[in-house]
Amino acid sequence: MAERPEDLNLPNAVITRIIKEALPDGVNVSKEARRAISQAASVFVLYATSCANNFAMKAKRKTLNAGDVLAAMEEMEFERFLEPLREALDVYKKGQKGKKDVSEQKCRDKEKKAGLEADKGREEEEEAEEEEEEPVGEKEAEEEEVEN
Amino acid sequence: MSQNNPDQEDQTSGAKKTISLPISRVRLIMKSSPDVSSINQDALFLTTKATELFVQHLALSSFNNGSGKETNSLSYSDLAKTAEETETFHFLTDILPKKILARDYLKSLEQMQEEEADF
Repeated sequence: MAERPEDLNLPNAVITRIIKEALPDGVNVSKEARRAISQAASVFVLYATSCANNFAMKAKRKTLNAGDVLAAMEEMEFERFLEPLREALDVYKKGQKGKKDVSEQKCRDKEKKAGLEADKGREEEEEAEEEEEEPVGEKEAEEEEVEN
Repeated sequence: MSQNNPDQEDQTSGAKKTISLPISRVRLIMKSSPDVSSINQDALFLTTKATELFVQHLALSSFNNGSGKETNSLSYSDLAKTAEETETFHFLTDILPKKILARDYLKSLEQMQEEEADF
């Protein structure tokens, strides 16, 4: 959670670089203007979040998704962002997928190894425990049914 | 110009980085909104990217509509003017109030009082 108010600011260096890249070469941006743009960006995030959240709530979802953010952009009349946003999301997803495939494969390999070793030891213990536990499990299930 | 070189290197080596603002910070801002319970990764990415587009758009429109075109500068008053005059930037008027001189403010206050007295 945000503990200090500065936590809700975006990093000045990055904001300054984005402004520089957007403007023609050699434009001087005053310190006051930079600070104002940075604050405006934070307000933009909050406004977009609130709009997107309205769409999610209407659809009775608790998690904001990509569609909600895009719908929010339209609502805020920033349709001009839709195309570049969709393109960026495509690139991002491809990148994520590449990373995921590699790391998932690694994870699976690790799990297999760890699983095999652990199972050997556990199986014997579980066999003994299972018989004792079963009646308890049935009892719980019955209780649940009654409550419902 | 030579200052830009490290950044460009970063971008090419970092497997085509599509956003430069930190996603973690954007999530923190989004989560500071009380109604929001959870945000999926794509929504987070899109909001971050949209914020970058917004910064570019705000800076460029303020520069193009502003008074600093001849002097090659962007000032606070250019931003305040854009917030006031452009429909899509209206939500910024609270945090980008137009600055006026105390002298002008007192004058308009006096005028208002005179008008009230006329009734």
